[in-house]
Amino acid sequence: MSGAGSIRYKGGLVNLDKGMISRDIFTSQQVYEDELERIFPRSWLFVGHESQVPEPGDYILARMAEESVIFNRDRHGKLHVFLNNCRHRGMRVCRYDKGNSTKFACPFHAWVFNDEGALVGVPKMDSAYHNELDKSQWGLIEARVYSYRGYVFACWDEAAPDFETSIGDLRFYFDDYCELPDGTYGDWEAFGGIFKWRVPCNWKWGAENFSGDYYHNPSHASVDAVVLSPAGVKGRHTYDNITRKREVELLNICVWPEGHTARGQLFAENYEYLPTYQEMAVVEDYFRDCYNKRQSLRGEKARFFGHGGTIFPNVSFSNGVQSMGSWHPNGPNETQVWRIFLVPKEAPDEVKDVLRHYVIRYQGPSGLTEQDDMENWGSAHEGSRGTIARRYDYPYTMGMGHESKGWSEEWLGGEVYVTENVSEQNQRAYYERWADLMEHPPTAPQLRDTAAAAE
Amino acid sequence: MDGAPNQSLMDALLLRYEVEQFFNHEAELLDSRQFEAWLDLLAEDIRYWMPLTRNQEFGKWQDQHTRAGKDLNWFDEGKFELEQRVKQIMTGLHWAEEPVSRTCHMVSNLQVDDGGDGTVETRCRFLVYRNRTETETDFFVGKRHDTLRRDADGFKIAAREIYLDQSVLLAKNLTIFF
Repeated sequence: MSGAGSIRYKGGLVNLDKGMISRDIFTSQQVYEDELERIFPRSWLFVGHESQVPEPGDYILARMAEESVIFNRDRHGKLHVFLNNCRHRGMRVCRYDKGNSTKFACPFHAWVFNDEGALVGVPKMDSAYHNELDKSQWGLIEARVYSYRGYVFACWDEAAPDFETSIGDLRFYFDDYCELPDGTYGDWEAFGGIFKWRVPCNWKWGAENFSGDYYHNPSHASVDAVVLSPAGVKGRHTYDNITRKREVELLNICVWPEGHTARGQLFAENYEYLPTYQEMAVVEDYFRDCYNKRQSLRGEKARFFGHGGTIFPNVSFSNGVQSMGSWHPNGPNETQVWRIFLVPKEAPDEVKDVLRHYVIRYQGPSGLTEQDDMENWGSAHEGSRGTIARRYDYPYTMGMGHESKGWSEEWLGGEVYVTENVSEQNQRAYYERWADLMEHPPTAPQLRDTAAAAE
Repeated sequence: MDGAPNQSLMDALLLRYEVEQFFNHEAELLDSRQFEAWLDLLAEDIRYWMPLTRNQEFGKWQDQHTRAGKDLNWFDEGKFELEQRVKQIMTGLHWAEEPVSRTCHMVSNLQVDDGGDGTVETRCRFLVYRNRTETETDFFVGKRHDTLRRDADGFKIAAREIYLDQSVLLAKNLTIFF
């Protein structure tokens, strides 16, 4: 379907045969409006972690693209994601960032919905509606919900593949992220509070940066000159004092055609634990034990050390600081970033405290590292807007033709593409998926059957 | 009435004057980017804390701020961590502060309570204006609760609680000091 004024994405704004991408993908209002129709309603979007709603009745407000949603656990323990929007006139039925409630009442005309989304109260049902309103048809609009190891995603599209199909071969790398430090699967716990802030740039700058931009490391020279790592030495990563780092290459991993990306390192065989938290015995013991347990559990696979990545389209996971950061679109020229941080639930309090201090100094608006990232994105975004500047596409050519399918180590996961060291392979995979979705408008408006959803 | 000044009122005025002078001096150091001198005003064991702020339902308004020591906060640091922030800025390579921010720190509505044990509890409102590059402008407005400790040189800031009245942070970063 290509009507007048429609934009050509595949081979047009995104020309991956040549590795060229138009600046318009970041700044054009029409591109942005297409994204709101073609990318977000068809993708699984991250809404939160189960530990944010541990008890029946718990809810938090989350966000899918530009819209507010309620992420709750109903009184029976089931997770839901509802559009936070009254079916009568659209007002938010929940206006608190978190709480515990089995009812959501709209302040405007007092329609009341329960924790399963059903419309349960309509004032003047007799005298004004003459009992002619079928309440079963007017429940809250509910998204599909899937909890993957406690990380909760939602999707508006009934026709989209299920979540596990949709993450594809990212599974190995997202599983690695979901593992506790000791290599087992267990409970993570989100710290209270969600970082929420605005960045004056398109939402894709953050997604692209976290997908695999090792090339931008020089922009972090100032933080690498001070002590950020809890190891108490110069550098920003917990592993910056680990000499083995020099023995290994950085890895860029992309999952095609889903467009997901991951980053990591492969350590030498039988690499040894290096003391990192010597000044805090409890913390040092914890991480040493975790190292030993992970080595024996995972064997050779313990050599893989994940850094993070971006799950298409707009959530980036970071290992080490264990965060999930969503790049919410807020107009073509603004991103609202929401980020949570997690710790192993059963870790000693001392460990949680060390990690808490570390993560809030690393990422986010008060984080020593991301402050410089946001300066880069905002300035690059501004530089993408000029009449003359827009005539010149950006090169995403780095490492083109040097990608390798699969791994030299066959136990490393799945049918992925891997490039060692610094490459723009991951960005190309990300934008290829983006262009695929953008090229194909939905064929019909996709309305959720809210009566069925409420059953 | 013999016209003699009320001694306790005079003491309170004097203390308030001292605290005002101290905060004005501090603002001067920050706005003139004398960050190392500013660090000297902080006690070695300072706790510098800015919680997140959330929208809470009626009756739970007291939970609007995330908890110190447990939850996410915009800042929850001691002197060592603040020193690292200053060092980062002083590299000249901290791009979020290059070109540098122009700031005006304003403090008002000062309330002062003499703790009697060498400490002074203060509450105030702050307004920090920031402008940088060409049009980048932020207003940070909120409430501050400082604990000052008297020593031979005057005051040291022993604790600073900063309540920024924003739930979604409206600025893209917090590279400045409050």
